Amino acid sequence: MEAYLPFSQDNLWYEIWPELALAVGSLVVLGVNLFSKSDSKTGFSGVLAICFQAGLLVFHLFDYLAWHHTFDRITFSGMLSHGIQGDVMRSFFLLASLLVSLIGHRYILKHSLRIGEFHHLVMLASAGLMLLCQSSHFLMLFVALECVALCFYALVAFNRESAKSLEAGIKYLIFGALSSSFLLFGIVLLYGVGANPEVWGASFPGSEARDALSFDYLGDLIRENPDHLLLRTGIVLIIAGIAFKIGAAPFQIWVPDVYHGSPMPITAFLSVSSKAAGFFVLLNLVNGPFAGAKDFLLPLLGFVATFTIFFGNLAACAQRNIKRMLGLSGVAHAGYLLVAIMASLIFPGDSDRAVWVLFFYMFVYLIASFSVFGVMSLADLKDDNEHEFADYENLARKHPLFGFALVCGIGSLAGIPPFAGFISKLLLVSVAVEAGLYFSLAAMIIGVVISIYYYFGWVREITFHPRPIVKDDEPKHDPWNKLSEIGVIKFVLITLTVVSLVFGIWQGPFGDTF
Amino acid sequence: MTIDQFLLLGSIVIPAVVSLLLFSGLFRTKDSVQKLAYVAFLFPFLAGIILFFRFDHGIDGYAFELRNSRMGLQELKINFHLGLNGVSSPLFAMAGIVGLGAGLVAIHSGVDRLPLYLALLALMQSGLMGLFASVDLFFYYLFHEFALIPTFIMIGIWGGRDRRSVALEITIYLTLGALLSLGGLVVLNTFADADSFDFPSLSKALAESGIFESTKSKIFGLLLLGFGILVALFPFHTWAARGYETAPTPVSMLHAGVLKKFGLYGLVQVAAPLLPEAAQEWSSLLLWLALGNVLFVGMVAIAQTNLKSMVGNGSVMHMGYCFLGVGVCSSLGASSAIMLMVAHGLSVSLMFLLTQFIYRRTSTHEMSEMGGLAKQTPILACFFVAASLATIGLPGFGNFWGEFGVFLSLGEQVNNRIFLFLAALGIIISAIFGLRAVARIFFGLASDELQTIEKKTPLHDLNLTEMIPASVILIALLWIGLWPRTISPRIDAEIERRYESAEKIASRNSILPCCPINDSNGSNSTFFQPLD
Repeated sequence: MEAYLPFSQDNLWYEIWPELALAVGSLVVLGVNLFSKSDSKTGFSGVLAICFQAGLLVFHLFDYLAWHHTFDRITFSGMLSHGIQGDVMRSFFLLASLLVSLIGHRYILKHSLRIGEFHHLVMLASAGLMLLCQSSHFLMLFVALECVALCFYALVAFNRESAKSLEAGIKYLIFGALSSSFLLFGIVLLYGVGANPEVWGASFPGSEARDALSFDYLGDLIRENPDHLLLRTGIVLIIAGIAFKIGAAPFQIWVPDVYHGSPMPITAFLSVSSKAAGFFVLLNLVNGPFAGAKDFLLPLLGFVATFTIFFGNLAACAQRNIKRMLGLSGVAHAGYLLVAIMASLIFPGDSDRAVWVLFFYMFVYLIASFSVFGVMSLADLKDDNEHEFADYENLARKHPLFGFALVCGIGSLAGIPPFAGFISKLLLVSVAVEAGLYFSLAAMIIGVVISIYYYFGWVREITFHPRPIVKDDEPKHDPWNKLSEIGVIKFVLITLTVVSLVFGIWQGPFGDTF
Repeated sequence: MTIDQFLLLGSIVIPAVVSLLLFSGLFRTKDSVQKLAYVAFLFPFLAGIILFFRFDHGIDGYAFELRNSRMGLQELKINFHLGLNGVSSPLFAMAGIVGLGAGLVAIHSGVDRLPLYLALLALMQSGLMGLFASVDLFFYYLFHEFALIPTFIMIGIWGGRDRRSVALEITIYLTLGALLSLGGLVVLNTFADADSFDFPSLSKALAESGIFESTKSKIFGLLLLGFGILVALFPFHTWAARGYETAPTPVSMLHAGVLKKFGLYGLVQVAAPLLPEAAQEWSSLLLWLALGNVLFVGMVAIAQTNLKSMVGNGSVMHMGYCFLGVGVCSSLGASSAIMLMVAHGLSVSLMFLLTQFIYRRTSTHEMSEMGGLAKQTPILACFFVAASLATIGLPGFGNFWGEFGVFLSLGEQVNNRIFLFLAALGIIISAIFGLRAVARIFFGLASDELQTIEKKTPLHDLNLTEMIPASVILIALLWIGLWPRTISPRIDAEIERRYESAEKIASRNSILPCCPINDSNGSNSTFFQPLD
């Protein structure tokens, strides 16, 4: 018994209380749903889930801001490491899952889908995402990633009545499995070399034997042997696996189809949380274990970023379906974020600046995405997957508030002042200039200009006069007619819009963080 | 906060607040909306005029300074910093005058969705005032975008023919220009490593830092391309005339008259004096492109049969003269360019205004469908003739002094005289299309179309609400023309200070481009002479 004591001593369970609380909460929600008969009509479990997450978010923010619970610490035998960055990402995922629940609640009830399971899966996925971002061990990383992926497989195919949703589910399952296998294969290669470096012609870092899957050890190993072929192959495969998650070219092919078929709140969830997690993991990896292979990674990431920016923007131009367009524009945003990752690689030593710019960008992207998806989830369409430009005709006049929120969201995504998106793009540009990434910067500027075409094309439908109606046309179904139970979403949208505007004009105290 | 600072800040904040109030939908009756809108346009006008006369010529740097370091991104050393210097104070006043003209037209235009229309226009006005009042480069850019975005929306909602496609085209084109210039500014800021992101500290930092010549040249090229697109420098001018033709008149006035000066103002304030050697390197290309504006676009303007399109092309053509002034890279050239910018802003907006008045009477922009208007509308004819003569550059109007100065500065250097010769041809070109328009619209016989309109509703001359905006702008134009000293000393003082320090940098670094300059006059105004 004595021998196992050191292992259990650093099992500091209270360090992961937000994840545990979220997981327990998700079970409670499921239980309430199971034992209450009228739940599918009243949606009590959903209300419970929303209140629970809001409380948790507030409590977590107190914990992290007021009580300075932010010192770096490694727990569970090196499986997890906690620090300020992890806490920021925790808040990010809590906020995102809260918003998904808020937007999803009305949506799920309206489409008479299973309310309890929805909230349960969203919360569980968020708990997994939070763990994923604090993992400092490849085993933990993979387990957390699979936990998230399993939830998402179910969520994407959540609308079982819709063929599109099922198709998206199958596609996401296949591509997700493929990406997992890439990732796993990469991990195995690193493990193989790491456990016995001499056999593979690599030199052994340090003297004592350490866990061959921990980020620490692999970092030393890669720094020692930056040119080793197997290690490089492993790195490339792991990055390929993550590139699937963030939708970076050339692994972006699933994005439009899956975004198209998923229920609207899940599309938002995918495009914000799943992508942000991928980026944070990538950031952790390239600045942690893979830092030694910097010279090899930079050109690779540069190519991927440029390709992603151009593919995302050009492909989005050709889309007529808005969900597909948003998916592809998300691909382009992934490209911009990759530039920030490259910048963080280039800044010597203290790379904090690019990291904070990345965080700021992701937060702004979250705010903008949820205001766009929030408005979209309200539309009362026959087939909810088929959002066409024409469905948004003259929205600014029919519903000034929703029109305004949507235009603000789109403006923020496009990076137009005075919205927060402009500030995040400006910071990104300045970081890229400081890091000397002129080629990527040029790609970014061209990409942003291309993106104006499709973003503004949508704004044009929302704000400008509609096309004249020919009398013989049969009366069109108006998706914005008689919206019911929109109070909460109204509140959410107003808050998001105000936050976006405030960040765009007055960064004040937040500006000091960088 | 002194009264001056209040006026400066108020001219930005009050139109923005009015715009928000109008957006909010609290004011529904036409009367209250109009009264509120008067406030939004009168205040900047008065503030501009008062601050113009309270400006102290001898001041070194900025007057009426207002700072708030809590607003803006600390990380990029951005501060909210307002102030006026010798270059910006006449432009600020000009923005107020043109804004009042545009606002009055808009208030009495009777379009549908009037509150939204006025809200967007007030937002634009707020951006325009802020643009010239900012010392900080970030806010300078931000205010530009404030003014630009309503332009797109207003073209899209109230524009004329092809508004949807024009709105999209102009948005993409101008975003490209704006992003390129933003990139240039950020690069400049990063390399100079100044204390803050404003004009004075940036020029100080640039003077002290040792950036490579090739880098400076690249930054200048980037800024030139970005600003060039925004100012419709040949060959990036194609969006301009099409946009102005489609846009509602107040938008054309504000955009062509004021907003388009953003790029040139940036070049004069930032690029040319901060990067003197680089400016010299790019000078000859810039001069050729500016000639393209004058000659090529001038020819295009001659070919127009549509009045509004002709005015639009004419405005693009005359921007070429401003570019020539900047491209010479001398203090005389730059100060004449500023003079011309002020006069051009007034004259172009007056032309657009009168075009709108003609349209109200004839219901067309086609010049072939007009004719003989002078008989029924003599006052309108007087205004139009005056505006045309101003655009051509006749003495007595502000444009004359600007163009004259630009020609002088071109003539100062022997190897620039070819540009002088070609640019002078532009006067003939603008006389051709200006006077021909006068003849076609106001003299001769009325066309059949006009006669049928006349039978239904008899033509009436300008009424009071139309006369006031036109007179305000025309008086300002005549004032500058007859008494240029009101604005020239302050421009000269500021520009000379800037270009002098630029000269010092150039001579200290002693890396001068090898261009033989035979300074026949022996004057000091060409600052790029190789010092022995």
